[in-house]
Amino acid sequence: MPKDVPRFWREIQQRYNMKGNKCGSCDRVYFPPRESCPYCRRESMGKMEKIKLSGKGEIITYTIIHVGPEEFEEQVPYPVAIIQLEEGPKITAQIVDCKIDELKIGMKVESEFRKIQQDGSTGAIYYGYKFKPVE
Amino acid sequence: MTDIGIVSYGGSIPRLRIKAEELADVWGKDGTRIAKGLGIAEKSVPSIDQDTATISVEAARNALKRCHINPQDIGSIYIGSESHPYAVKPTGTIVGEAIGATPDLMVADYEFACKAGTAGVQNCFSNVKAGLIKYGLAIGADTAQAAPGDALEFSAAAGGAAFIIGNEKVIAAINHTYSYATDTPDFWRRAEQKYPRHGGRFTGEPAYFKHVTNASKNLMEKAKTTPKDYDYAVFHQPNAKFPLKEAKILGFTKEQIKPGLKVSYIGNTYSGASLVGLAGVLDIAKPGDRILMTSYGSGAGSDSFDITVTDEISKYERDKAPLIDDMINDKEYISYGVYAKYTDLLYWE
Repeated sequence: MPKDVPRFWREIQQRYNMKGNKCGSCDRVYFPPRESCPYCRRESMGKMEKIKLSGKGEIITYTIIHVGPEEFEEQVPYPVAIIQLEEGPKITAQIVDCKIDELKIGMKVESEFRKIQQDGSTGAIYYGYKFKPVE
Repeated sequence: MTDIGIVSYGGSIPRLRIKAEELADVWGKDGTRIAKGLGIAEKSVPSIDQDTATISVEAARNALKRCHINPQDIGSIYIGSESHPYAVKPTGTIVGEAIGATPDLMVADYEFACKAGTAGVQNCFSNVKAGLIKYGLAIGADTAQAAPGDALEFSAAAGGAAFIIGNEKVIAAINHTYSYATDTPDFWRRAEQKYPRHGGRFTGEPAYFKHVTNASKNLMEKAKTTPKDYDYAVFHQPNAKFPLKEAKILGFTKEQIKPGLKVSYIGNTYSGASLVGLAGVLDIAKPGDRILMTSYGSGAGSDSFDITVTDEISKYERDKAPLIDDMINDKEYISYGVYAKYTDLLYWE
């Protein structure tokens, strides 16, 4: 089924460059970016500042996907982790370049540019971030 | 005269490898003999989520990590490859967006078999020389295709290197560049075909050797140099045999060639091959070192470069990104079955 190309295009800055934002009132960092800070609410309006995240973080927890969605079937078994980024936000991403039995909670990881999925062999290719262990 | 040349560089090589023996076993061939004949013991393989765009982005990001330039000052991006992910839609805009260089940017994807990356270097050099741009980014990268069972399967590999060209804080000045091209059908892939065809032994004398020899000779004539003036020479490396024979033809020693000869460990990275070799040499180069690099692209042509490493390389932050040898040593072996799946040799609906 064709994916939503405009939606992907709108998210390119987040997916390619991990562009998030920071509340100018309490300094909390959000990824993906938020329209306003849920803690400061009205106080944060107009003060949400765009920032580029470092792409460095730590694995908080992970799971191994053995039965993946259609576009990911060829990759099973593959790890998906919740990663706490240096700047604070927690995100979900695939872990690559790491054997499953070498994965550990607390492992330092960094983002890498990879192909996430594609609309079959004729559709658009969607790129974005995955994470790999830092040596 | 202000130096124009390499301001920064970076490589990217996927970590998966397949051994020549593993490939040979499947097709009932003698892997040890083939590995010895080609001088390629194993080759790099792209993971299922790696392609020319991801390799190019990683190489460009590695180049940017080593210098302090603002990506917005990059005025042109040229990417040479014969495996651009799209037939229509540039790899260059993906890279431009992923490094924050858009939108004031000249972008084009180049195609000239294995020499499209060095053509990008020449165009960035020309743009900087003409004063059109501050910095240019040239990348040669490929996830090379080989039909199952074809001789190319033992060499077609994945990898690439990115070079930022400019005239400030130049670590390696490009003194001269020269190109040599003729219509020679030694290797090709027709539109909409998945795998290339090649002329077997015809790819040697009238193709690779004629073009690399003439390009290198004519460049040295232009630069008024001889092989003795160079510390290193890097030639396109479809296998380890060709560049070593080329060195002998031109009068270079094995010692001049070896540091830039990476094909034995990763295979032929096509548009990336000579540039990965150059990156490997810059990883160890000292101020004053002189490098000759000549690429080769089937069809056919060669771009030759006379390069001098400057004092600036002493201050250059090389350790901010992995060296080519670090990437070569970071590897994981796969079986032919996994290779077939990852390189899309299997079809099903």
